[in-house]
Amino acid sequence: MNPVTDVHTLWTTAAEVPGRIPAPHIEYAQISPTLIVFGAAIVGVLIEAFLPRRNRYTAQLLLSVVALAAAFAAVIGLAAGGFATTKAHLAAMGALAVDGPALFLQGTILLVSLVAVFTFAERRLDPAAHGKRVDSFAAQAAAVPGGAAEQAAVKAGFATTEVFPILLFAVGGMLIFPAANDLLTLFVALEVFSLPLYILCALARRKRLLSQEAALKYFLLGAFSSAFLLFGIALLYGYAGTVTYAGIAEVVADGAKQIDPALAGTMGNDALLLIGGALALMGLLFKVGAVPFHMWTPDVYQGAPTPVTGFMAAATKVAAFGALLRLLYVVLPGMRWDWRPVMWGVAIVTMLGGAIVAITQSDIKRLLAYSSIAHAGFILAGVLATTRDGISSVLFYLAAYSFVTLGAFAVVTLVRDAGGEATQLSKWAGLGRRSPLVAAVFAVFLLAFAGIPLTSGFAGKFAVFKAAAQSGAGWLVVIGVLSSAIAAFFYIRVIVLMFFHEPKADGPTVAVPSPLTTTAIAIGVVVTLVLGLAPQYFLDLAGQAGTFVR
Amino acid sequence: MENLIALLIAAPLVGAALLLCGGKRLDRTGHWIGTLLAVASFAVAAVLFTDMLGRTADDRALHQHLFTWIPVGGFHADLAFQLDQLSMTFVLLITGVGSLIHLYSVGYMAHDERRRRFFGYLNLFLAAMLLLVLADNYLLLYVGWEGVGLASYLLIGFWQHKPSAATAAKKAFLVNRVGDVGLSIAIMLLFTTFGTFAFGPVLDAAGTATSAGEGKLTAIALLLLLAACGKSAQVPLQSWLGDAMEGPTPVSALIHAATMVTAGVYLITRSGTVFDAAPAAQTAVVVVGAVTLLFGAIVGCAKDDIKKALAGSTMSQIGYMILAAGLGPIGYAFAIMHLVTHGFFKAGLFLGAGSVMHGMNDEVDMRRYGGLRKHMPVTFVTFGLGYLAIIGFPGLSGFFSKDKIIEAAFAKGGTEGWILGGAALLGAAITAFYMTRVMLMTFFGEKRWDPDEVHPHESPKTMTIPMIILAFGSVFAGGLFSVNEAFVHWLEPVTSLAHGHPPLGATATTAATVVVLLLGVAAAWLMYGRKPVPVTAPRGSVLTRAARRDLLQDDFNHVVLVRGGTHLTDTLVRLDHTLVDGAVTGTAVAMGGLSGCLRRLQNGFVRSYAAQMVGGAAVLVAVTLLMRGV
Repeated sequence: MNPVTDVHTLWTTAAEVPGRIPAPHIEYAQISPTLIVFGAAIVGVLIEAFLPRRNRYTAQLLLSVVALAAAFAAVIGLAAGGFATTKAHLAAMGALAVDGPALFLQGTILLVSLVAVFTFAERRLDPAAHGKRVDSFAAQAAAVPGGAAEQAAVKAGFATTEVFPILLFAVGGMLIFPAANDLLTLFVALEVFSLPLYILCALARRKRLLSQEAALKYFLLGAFSSAFLLFGIALLYGYAGTVTYAGIAEVVADGAKQIDPALAGTMGNDALLLIGGALALMGLLFKVGAVPFHMWTPDVYQGAPTPVTGFMAAATKVAAFGALLRLLYVVLPGMRWDWRPVMWGVAIVTMLGGAIVAITQSDIKRLLAYSSIAHAGFILAGVLATTRDGISSVLFYLAAYSFVTLGAFAVVTLVRDAGGEATQLSKWAGLGRRSPLVAAVFAVFLLAFAGIPLTSGFAGKFAVFKAAAQSGAGWLVVIGVLSSAIAAFFYIRVIVLMFFHEPKADGPTVAVPSPLTTTAIAIGVVVTLVLGLAPQYFLDLAGQAGTFVR
Repeated sequence: MENLIALLIAAPLVGAALLLCGGKRLDRTGHWIGTLLAVASFAVAAVLFTDMLGRTADDRALHQHLFTWIPVGGFHADLAFQLDQLSMTFVLLITGVGSLIHLYSVGYMAHDERRRRFFGYLNLFLAAMLLLVLADNYLLLYVGWEGVGLASYLLIGFWQHKPSAATAAKKAFLVNRVGDVGLSIAIMLLFTTFGTFAFGPVLDAAGTATSAGEGKLTAIALLLLLAACGKSAQVPLQSWLGDAMEGPTPVSALIHAATMVTAGVYLITRSGTVFDAAPAAQTAVVVVGAVTLLFGAIVGCAKDDIKKALAGSTMSQIGYMILAAGLGPIGYAFAIMHLVTHGFFKAGLFLGAGSVMHGMNDEVDMRRYGGLRKHMPVTFVTFGLGYLAIIGFPGLSGFFSKDKIIEAAFAKGGTEGWILGGAALLGAAITAFYMTRVMLMTFFGEKRWDPDEVHPHESPKTMTIPMIILAFGSVFAGGLFSVNEAFVHWLEPVTSLAHGHPPLGATATTAATVVVLLLGVAAAWLMYGRKPVPVTAPRGSVLTRAARRDLLQDDFNHVVLVRGGTHLTDTLVRLDHTLVDGAVTGTAVAMGGLSGCLRRLQNGFVRSYAAQMVGGAAVLVAVTLLMRGV
C-alpha cells in the first residue's frame, strides 16, 4: 500500500471515526533545508512587523544569508549522510523525495539564491536619494508611480526590505518543486514560488510602470499555465486514481490493478493519460520558458528589477527543470514513446527559436532572455536522453548555467546612465575601452553562454549533447550545434561591440559596486572557469546524484 | 614527493596572476614578489633534485596526475606531469637562471614605470616554460609551447611605444606560428597513429615501430623539426631572433638565449625514439643544425650591435645542439649538456651586455664602446669568463660540451661524418673569431665614446651578483659534468646512450678544436686588436654586407614568401568574397530576416501571448495523441 492511498481512504472515511486519524509521520531532519528557509521567511515577516525601519535592512540581510547558508549546510549534511545514494527515500508520507537529484538541485538553488541575496542587497549603484543609500527596489511598492505618495516615500528614505522574506518564500517553494513526489505537492510548490516572484517583478525602483506591466503579464500568463497544469493533474488522477508519482507510474506500466469503484468509468483510459500528461508537461514547460510557452520571458526579464531577473532566470530554471526531470523519469517513463517525439519538437523549436529571435534584439536584458530560451532548448536535449547520463548532464548544465546567468545580470546592473541601468545594446559600444575589467568579465560570461571551451558553458553543452547523442538523438544534436552556432553570433556581437567599437560620447558609466555585487560577480566568474577547466569532478558528482528514488 | 611538481609551476603562475591583476597597489613591491616566487620555484626544484638523487637511476622518474579534462572515448586530455632526469635538468636550469635574471631585472628595470607588468610577464614565462618541460604528454606540452610563445611576444614588445619593438614582437609571433602549425599537425598525427598523447606509450610504440610505418614517422618527425626550427630560430625559420633583441636585455638573456629558444632541442630529444625510427628526418635535423651553426656564426661576425652579435651566436650554438640531437643516441646527452653550459655562459654574456648598455646610456653599437675594462671591472671579468667558455677555451664549460659535439659529428661516420664534423669545426673557428671581436671592441682598444656625454660605471649589486654566479657556472659546470661522464650517465635512462668513435680518435679531434680556436682568436686580434676600430663601419666585402643584413634572410622572405603569399591571399580573398561570403552572408541575411519576422510575434499583448499558449497546448496534445495513433 502506498502512503497516499492510505491518506485517501482515511480521508473518505474520516467522517465516521474521527478519533482514528493518525498524526502524519514527518521526517523533520530530512526536509530540514526547506524548513529552515520557510522558518527564516516567517521570521523575516515578523522583523518587518516589529523591528524599527532603520534596523531592518541589516537584520533581513543577515537572516537571509544565515538561513540560506544553514540550509545549504543541511543539504550537504544529508548528502554526506548517504541520502543522495543509498539511503534515498520518500519523506513526509511520500510527498517529498530525498534523493540525489533533489539534493543536488536544492544545493544549487540555495547557492544561487545566496549569491542572489548579495545582488538584492546592493545599495551603492543608485545615487543616494536624500542622503540615504537606496537599492534596486521601489521605496514603497503600493505607491502609484510618479505620485505624491511615492515622492514622500522616497524622501523619507523608505526601502522595501520585504524583498528578503519574499525571496525566501520563493526559494522555499523552489526547494520543494524538484523534490515533489506527488502532483498536488508539485502544484502547491509551483504556486508557493510563483506568487512571490510575481510580486518581486513589480518592485523596480526605476521604470516602475514597465516593471508593474511585466509583473501583471507574468501573473496572468502564470495563472493561465497553472490552470493547464491543474487540469492535467485532474486528468491524470482520473486515469490513475492517485496523484503519487509512483502510483501513476505503476498504472502506466501495468494497467489498473485495483479499480476504485468511483473511478471505474475513467481509470486506465489512455486518452486521459495522454492529454493529462501533455497538459502537465505544458505547465512545466511554461516555467522553463520553452517555445511556444516562452512569450512571457523577454517581457518579464526586461521589466523586472535586474537582481530579480538574475535570480529568476537562474533559480527558477533549476527548480523547473528538476520537476520536469522527475515527472518524465519517474511518472512517465512507461509512455516514453509517446512523449519523446513531442518533446523532440519542443526542444528543436526552443533551441532554434531562442537563438534566431535573439539576433535582432537591441536590449541586453531581452537578449539574455532569448538566450535563456535557447539554453532551455539545449537542456531539453539532455532531458530527452532518458538515461542516467541524461540526468547527470542536465544537473551539471543547470548548475553551470545558473551561475553564468546570475553573474551576467549582476554585470548588467553596473552599467548605468542618468536613467538607471543602460540596457540598450547600442550604449554598450566601447565599454571595453572605458572599463576593461567589467567588459572582460562580461565577455567571460558571454563566452560561457556561447559554449566556448575552458568555460563551464562548453562542458555543460558537451555533456548534454553527448548524452543526447548516445541515446540515439543524433539529429537533435546536429540541430543543437547549429543553434549554438547561430547563438554564438549574437554573443560574439556583444563582445565585438564592447571591445572593437568606439565609445560614444554620451555613453553609460560603470558604477563601482559594494563588495556584495563584487562577490556575486566574482563567484560567477570563478564557478564558470572552474567548471570549465576541471569539469570532471563536478560531472562525477552530478553522476553520483543521477538516480531518482521511486 | 610527486605532489611537489605542481608547486613548481604554481609558484610563478600565482606570481603572474598577482602581478598582472593586482593593480597599482603592487607597484612598489611587485618586483620582489615576482623574484621571490621564482626563487621559491627554484627551492622546490632543489628539493626534488636532492630527492631524485637519493633513488636509483631507473627509479627516478616521478609522475603526478592532476585531472583529466573531459575524457571522450580514447581522447584523454590529461593535466599530468612527468619529472624525469631530462625534465629535472631543464627545471633546474629554468628556475635557477630564471631566478638570477629576476634578481638582475630588479636593478635593470628599476626606473621603468611598467616594472610590475614586466615581472608579471617574466613569471608567466617561467610557468609556461616549466609546463612545457614537465608535461607528460604532447597536448600539455603544446599548451606550454604556446604559453612561452605568448610570453616571448609580450616581452619582446614590452617597450611597445617603439615601433621597432612592436614590429619585432609581431614578427617573432608570426614566424613562430609557422612552427606551431607543424607541432599541432604532428600532435594530431601522433594521436591518430598511436591513439594517445602521453609520452610513455607514444615513444615506446615509436621505438618498436610496429603500428606505424616509417613514412608516417618521418612525416611526424619532420613536422616536429619544423616546430623546433620555429621556436629555436633554426634555418629556415631563424629570421625572428635578431629582431627579438628589441626586448629588454634580461629577456634576451632568459628567453632568447638560455631557455625558451632551447625548447626545440628539448622537443627533439624528448621525441628521440620517433627520430631514431626515421633516418631521413634525422638527416634533415643534422643538415638544419649544421647550416644554422654556420649561418648564425657568419651573421655574428658582421654585427656591430652587441646584442645582435650575441643573438647570431645564440643561433649558432643552438645549431650545435640541434646537430647533436640529430645524431641520435650518440648525441642527445651532449646536446643537453651543451644546452646547460650554454645556458650559463650565454645568459652571463647577455647580462654583461646589459650591464655595459646600462653604463653607456643604452648604446648598443660596439663601435662606440672601447676600453671599458677599467670602468667596469666586474662586468669585464664575468663577461671575459663567459667569452672564454663560449669559444671553448680548454678547461672551461664550453670546451667540454662543444668538443663532445664535434667528436660526435665526426663519429657519425662516412662522408656525412666528415662534412658535419668539418662544419662543426669551422663553426668553432668562427665562434672564436666573432666572440674575440666582441670582446676587443667592447673592453679593449681606445675609448670611442665621448667622455662628456657618457659616464661608464659599474652596475649595482643586484645586477653584478647574478653575473658573478653565472660566471662560476660558465667556468666550472662543464668540468663538473664531465667528471666520470656524470652528466651523460645521469641522462642515460631517458635519452639512451651510445659511444661514438671519431675516425681520427678523440685526442686528435680535441687538438684540432684547440688549433682552430687559436686561429680564430688570432684572426680577430689581427683585425680588431692590432689596429684601431673605425667608429663608422667600413663598407666591407660583399659577404660582410650580406651578413650585416642577416645574409639577406629578410629579403629572401620578402621576395619568396611575402610577395608570393600576398598573391595567394589576394586570390583567396577574392574567392572568399564571392563564394564563401555569398553563402555565409546569405545565411546570415536569411536568419536576420527570419528573426525579424518571428520577432513580431512578440507584440507585447498578453492576450496574444495567451492565445499562442493555447495554440501550443493544442498542438502538444494533438501530437501526443497522434503519436499513439501512429
